[in-house]
Amino acid sequence: MKELVCIVCPRGCRLTVDEDNGYAVTGNSCPRGAEYGRTELQNPTRVLTTTVKVAGGMHRRLPVRTNRAIPKGLLLAAMEEAAKVSLTAPVEAGQVIIPDLLGTGADLIASRAMPVAP
Amino acid sequence: MYELIVIGGGPAGLAAACRAWDAGLRRILVIERDRELGGILNQCIHNGFGLQRFKEELTGPEYAGRFITMLQKTGVQVQLDTMALQIVPGRDGAPHQVHAINGQEGYQVLETRAVILAMGCRERTRGAISIPGERPAGIFTAGAAQRYLNIEGYMVGRRVVILGSGDIGLIMARRMTLEGAKVLACVELMPYSSGLTRNIVQCLQDYDIPLYLSHTITDIRGHNRVEQVTVSEVGPDRCPIPGTEMVFDCDTVLLSVGLIPENELTKGAGIAMDPRTSGAQVYENMETSIPGIFACGNVLHVHDLVDYVSAESERAGAAAAAYVQAGQEEPADHIIALKNGEGVTYTVPQQIRLGTQARTAEVFFRVNRVTKAAAIVVEDADGKETARFKRGHLAPGEMEHIALPAAALQSASSPLTIRIEEVPQ
Amino acid sequence: MYDIIVIGCGVVGAATAYRLARYRLRTAVLEACNDVANGTTKANSAIIHAGYDPEPGTLMAALNVEGNRMTAEICRKLDVPFRRCGSLVVAFTPEDQAMLEKLYQRGVANGVPQLRLLSGEEAHALEPNLSAEVCGALLAPTAGIIDPWGFALAMIETAVQNGVELHRSCPVTAIDALPEGGFRLTTPKGSFEARCVINAAGVEADRVHELLEPVNWKMTPNRGEYYLFDKSEGSLVDHVIFQCPGPEGKGVLVSPTVHGNLIAGPNAEPVTDRLDVGNTADGLDFVRSRALKSVPGINFRQNIRNFSGIRANTDQGDFLIAASPNYPGFIDLAGIKSPGLSSAPAIGKRAVELAAQAGLTLEENPDFRDERHVVRFRHLPPEEKNALVAKDPRYGRVICRCETITEAEIVAALHGPVPACTVNGVKRRCNAGMGRCQGGFCGPRVQEIISRELGIPPTQICMEQEGSWLLACETKQAKEDAGNV
Repeated sequence: MKELVCIVCPRGCRLTVDEDNGYAVTGNSCPRGAEYGRTELQNPTRVLTTTVKVAGGMHRRLPVRTNRAIPKGLLLAAMEEAAKVSLTAPVEAGQVIIPDLLGTGADLIASRAMPVAP
Repeated sequence: MYELIVIGGGPAGLAAACRAWDAGLRRILVIERDRELGGILNQCIHNGFGLQRFKEELTGPEYAGRFITMLQKTGVQVQLDTMALQIVPGRDGAPHQVHAINGQEGYQVLETRAVILAMGCRERTRGAISIPGERPAGIFTAGAAQRYLNIEGYMVGRRVVILGSGDIGLIMARRMTLEGAKVLACVELMPYSSGLTRNIVQCLQDYDIPLYLSHTITDIRGHNRVEQVTVSEVGPDRCPIPGTEMVFDCDTVLLSVGLIPENELTKGAGIAMDPRTSGAQVYENMETSIPGIFACGNVLHVHDLVDYVSAESERAGAAAAAYVQAGQEEPADHIIALKNGEGVTYTVPQQIRLGTQARTAEVFFRVNRVTKAAAIVVEDADGKETARFKRGHLAPGEMEHIALPAAALQSASSPLTIRIEEVPQ
Repeated sequence: MYDIIVIGCGVVGAATAYRLARYRLRTAVLEACNDVANGTTKANSAIIHAGYDPEPGTLMAALNVEGNRMTAEICRKLDVPFRRCGSLVVAFTPEDQAMLEKLYQRGVANGVPQLRLLSGEEAHALEPNLSAEVCGALLAPTAGIIDPWGFALAMIETAVQNGVELHRSCPVTAIDALPEGGFRLTTPKGSFEARCVINAAGVEADRVHELLEPVNWKMTPNRGEYYLFDKSEGSLVDHVIFQCPGPEGKGVLVSPTVHGNLIAGPNAEPVTDRLDVGNTADGLDFVRSRALKSVPGINFRQNIRNFSGIRANTDQGDFLIAASPNYPGFIDLAGIKSPGLSSAPAIGKRAVELAAQAGLTLEENPDFRDERHVVRFRHLPPEEKNALVAKDPRYGRVICRCETITEAEIVAALHGPVPACTVNGVKRRCNAGMGRCQGGFCGPRVQEIISRELGIPPTQICMEQEGSWLLACETKQAKEDAGNV
């Protein structure tokens, strides 16, 4: 039995996961919490949010995120991939910046549009 | 002459302006001091926004982007890079004046029927808590460091101690770590965190960053740049306990020690304030003590979820539209004041006006301690229980919310007291 | 060969340079820090004392009273914020009242005008927020509040405009007396020779003098800590409120500041490290309890900043203003503790007289321009604001929202006669970042402007002295690009 705080939403449900019983989850308020409890003990994943360099834009950095959670163990490697990116404005919101990041199947996408500097 | 001027183009101002447009106002101006709309959400690049509102998990820029797109579909005017300097309330039905300045229009005196205050909040600084020690470079509020990191693209330091466990501090612990800094400790004066539990897990525990509850910074050393920070345990009186000192070699201190609604314009206009929230006193429709001036979002009280800011601001937008369209404030038959009871630190609204048609009143408040199982009890002046709501976990870091049924309000005698009753498990 | 060199550009060095600028002289000022007014001048009570406190017959007494008069005149000409708000020394006990009587007599002997002893009732009528325990007060209408660094800056800027050379980041590391008379000063920026040298090095004055010869007095640096409150507290009192002086000095005062804030402090605590301008929990607690004794209604939740300053105290009772007996061209302006700020213009005048006695020829400069004008946008009426924005749209862009400071004013601070080169330098010149958010919001924008105007990358911008970097490095850079460490 393992106790966890669910991080799926701000509610922060206190979950109990039974590893010996097929990772049965109790204490969750929604199906997403049960899903979190199961994956957190077997293959924990996180959505990565960071920035990449952009030239000629209103700002010098563009916020980006993975469009789905990636394995927790790959977060630092993913940061290194993001550090290699160098874009030029304009960038559209949702634009794919790195497809299939580190073979995870997740894309790194732009969190906002970056217009050309006025 | 405008029908409505919204001061602030962050999440509160955007939602209020969109809603007022939908309600039929056509001469609306949003005044924004930054060079773009979206407010502080633009630097909150992490995800976790919008679960209530959009039923999906968005980053700050994405959440702001949804409302900016909505606003752009309306005819709401926007002045960017513009500073509102003063509000002069109109007397006896005369229009209100907003004084504002920018590089294109110069010093403008704008007239309007209604005003919505949506200026947001600022961070408490080192001065606000009088941390002893030297005053070298390297002491930043967490939000300022966040702006440098996420918008400007600069790291404020490499070895970091964070004071306060507010959400921005926790989020910055993770961000700085991912960008290569070493976060040595997160230090919290209180015996509980003021941030969301999920952030303790995914921002501190994920990266093995120690959280020291009931601790504080008692000294900062370094003539030019921060070199060393001393952290001490505090007793129940929140005073440092001698002999518990821990020394951290670091170059940066981030402060996440609370937010203060930014109400200098509000006070200047003579609007009645609530010392508990540091915001204006409002009625159930977000109207302040001056008819036609409304307040919403973090300028009114500090929220932990932007989704609630949007909902509150939409109420303000709708109410401002109703005020302009009616040409006067809503007539009230009966005013019910709300009072803090045991365990409650403030309520918003502070007063409920009961008009001709009965409506449910939404009340937001915060509690002063962590409770595992509790009931929120509402009693009227005669001690009669008006309503009771069951809750699981309650914590000071998380804003609470109840909806008082219209029927209960109609029969209640003012004031209503809201208190927390612990329920044995 | 310079005619005269001033070492140190705090308020005393600046006042001396300003005085020298009216003569046809080749004058230089050497400042060890990267900016002027960086020592005691930037961290003190910001009071122009009336002059009843020093013992009659001392230099402090004479120069304070004269300096008070001169300060008002200089501030008018050079556009420095100064307000003669008057001061009250308050009494809580019969012993205190006896002390007030003594101070009154001293003041009269020192030539302080308009002094008046007040009853408790009269004091409360003037200051309704005084403690009910106050049973009497000494009113000194000529006391005032000032922007101390603005005062020093105005004087050195005017000196520079009139041909005085200012070298910053220029610490003097050796002083040699030249065989033919005069001195050679060695600095990292080369050596400077001068017939006459003024030592206005503040808390370092002993060390500077010892570069030439041993000194027969001892520096005993003493630290004072302060609270600075939000403008919401700024009108709690209208006068400077002192308590009766005791063995630790003038005691804790509560005063409005010329910027509209409220200040409380200082304590007095001997220190060994002259650079340690830190605060201590004990020091702050002491100031807090003493300040509340005078004005019980101060809301300490409105504190926006704590700071401390080092007094250039010595083991001598009085200011040390004299030429060296062995080297008449070497003049000390040392031990300038309180009332040093109030006395500064008179000290500068005295310094020039001593230099003349040492052989410096003073010939009036007919082209001396004794004026200066600063745009303080926030204080202008709307039509003048509009005219300025029309001329320069940067006046329409408010960068510091707490103090309403525009981009044009920040740019002016970076291109003035003594230009700012740091974030705090900008703050001292135009108040950006001085308000309740303490630069939290405007910091990034001020740095963007500094970077643009001075052509340096943001990672090279310092808050104050060298080494006070604000940004470590850019994100997403190669590991070998180390940035600041």
